[in-house]
Amino acid sequence: MSAHPAPLATAGLDIEAIRRDFPVLHQKINGKPLVYLDNAASSQRPQAVIDAISRYYEHDHANVHRGVHTLSQRATDAFEGARDVVRRFINARDTKEIIFVRGTTEAINLVAQSFARPKVGAGDEILISGLEHHANIVPWQLLCEQTGATLKVIPITSSGEVDFAAFEKLIGPRTKLLALAHVSNALGTVVPVEKFIAVARSHGVPVLLDGAQGIPHSKVDVCALDCDFYCFSGHKMLGPTGIGVLYGRQQLLQAMPPWQGGGDMILSVSFEKTTFNQLPWKFEAGTPNISGAIGLAAAIRYLEDTGLDRIAAYEHELLEYATQRLQKIPGLTIVGTAPHKAAVVSFVMQDIHPHDIGTILDTEGVAIRTGHHCAMPVMDFFKVPATARASMAFYNTFEEIDRLVAALEHAREVLG
Amino acid sequence: MDLKDLYRDVIVDHNRNPRNFGKLDPADAHADGHNPLCGDRLSLYVNLDADRIREVKFDGSGCAISVASASLLTEAVKGKTRAEIKALFEDMHALLTQHDANVDIAKLGKLAALSGVREFPARVKCASLCWHTLNAALEQQAEPVTTE
Repeated sequence: MSAHPAPLATAGLDIEAIRRDFPVLHQKINGKPLVYLDNAASSQRPQAVIDAISRYYEHDHANVHRGVHTLSQRATDAFEGARDVVRRFINARDTKEIIFVRGTTEAINLVAQSFARPKVGAGDEILISGLEHHANIVPWQLLCEQTGATLKVIPITSSGEVDFAAFEKLIGPRTKLLALAHVSNALGTVVPVEKFIAVARSHGVPVLLDGAQGIPHSKVDVCALDCDFYCFSGHKMLGPTGIGVLYGRQQLLQAMPPWQGGGDMILSVSFEKTTFNQLPWKFEAGTPNISGAIGLAAAIRYLEDTGLDRIAAYEHELLEYATQRLQKIPGLTIVGTAPHKAAVVSFVMQDIHPHDIGTILDTEGVAIRTGHHCAMPVMDFFKVPATARASMAFYNTFEEIDRLVAALEHAREVLG
Repeated sequence: MDLKDLYRDVIVDHNRNPRNFGKLDPADAHADGHNPLCGDRLSLYVNLDADRIREVKFDGSGCAISVASASLLTEAVKGKTRAEIKALFEDMHALLTQHDANVDIAKLGKLAALSGVREFPARVKCASLCWHTLNAALEQQAEPVTTE
């Protein structure tokens, strides 16, 4: 039944060895071995990440940047060491450009309120695309309500790509910021952001990239991209939940006012005047997510040891195989058919609602996401209330895609 | 968890061939229901003779559970008074959410086919959306109801 091209297609990765690193994968769901295909919602954690967090709590925990005692120094070293791991990973120039936040959502809100809000007024425009996740829509809507600016949306095409020609017409002297997904979470489209950034540069428009789905699956180099802000979350790239990163160009961050006030983001406080801390701490009010940053650094090391290029190559094989197998299922339509995609297949089935697909697949041990994927405008564009979405990571196998296909055939038997 | 408990024949049938599907225009009462989690949307239309439902229809789109539940609801509430519907709503709520529900299954008739839903907590909202929507219609709430 399965016709996948083994073993070349694993791009030199030992998938069985990799799978042993992820304890959560080895369990049965409803009596069947788990097939986890909901990686775009959240990836799983390798033992190395779990161990790094445990080790920190077992041996090194104290508050950071505060104590002269040994544990506080160890915690500070580990936390700031994690920042440098992130800096190297995305090739930022300086750790001052790496702000730890809760996740992509918080990073975008920070930029909206601290960078954009003071610069934007009535008549100005914020430009986003029709592919965006709600996290890259709603912060800009709030900003527009606060400032009287207008939100402009670059349309998408029937294949689920951002319409570049329309973008060139929409960007102009009123555009104050371009905020764009690097990879669509709902459809998997990889947006050719370099092209968009080049045009934005020629108009002097700063660019924010929502990298939540971009960073887990390919090498990101913020210098090469030449973006002004890059936002991502730890939990989609093998790291913990509740930790994410805002990369910002240093000169922009320097000029931005603090977003939240509190401890750690100040140098001195009196009731008359407070002096704010240097970058990056100016934007990190309160005790940070220390263990989260340490876990994120462990996740980055794991990804680098595995090899981002090999991961991307293997995930591409998984995508090709899944696309080819799913297309053959009668009544199944893939939503989002851009030529360049991350390992995400969004689909609908004739006469079977995605929610029913999700339940039936779960009884077969197969975990996928069903719903609007926090991208309701994308659903509206394709005139579907929801889709089913299988999203692969490098610990998935061709056999698991066979299991997905068999479970979908079963769904057709139950409800078709 | 057995899938057959959820997708019983009655439910599959009412999903494929929903009863009383369509609009009532004019309608004495009408309400929209929305389950944002899965995108189920349905509208319920009711015509009343004093306190008693004379006619009821629904339309919209949703998963098999929400469509079948709405279809079964329309069959069950036709000819019933508000007080009878309130009692039925309470029984359905207990049936969908409580394992030890003290519900007279015989009294529920075909609606009892939805009892398997309680084994699938993520799906309870799908089955209960139409009942909340009916309540809203009977109370003539202006705002659409939502399961969130």
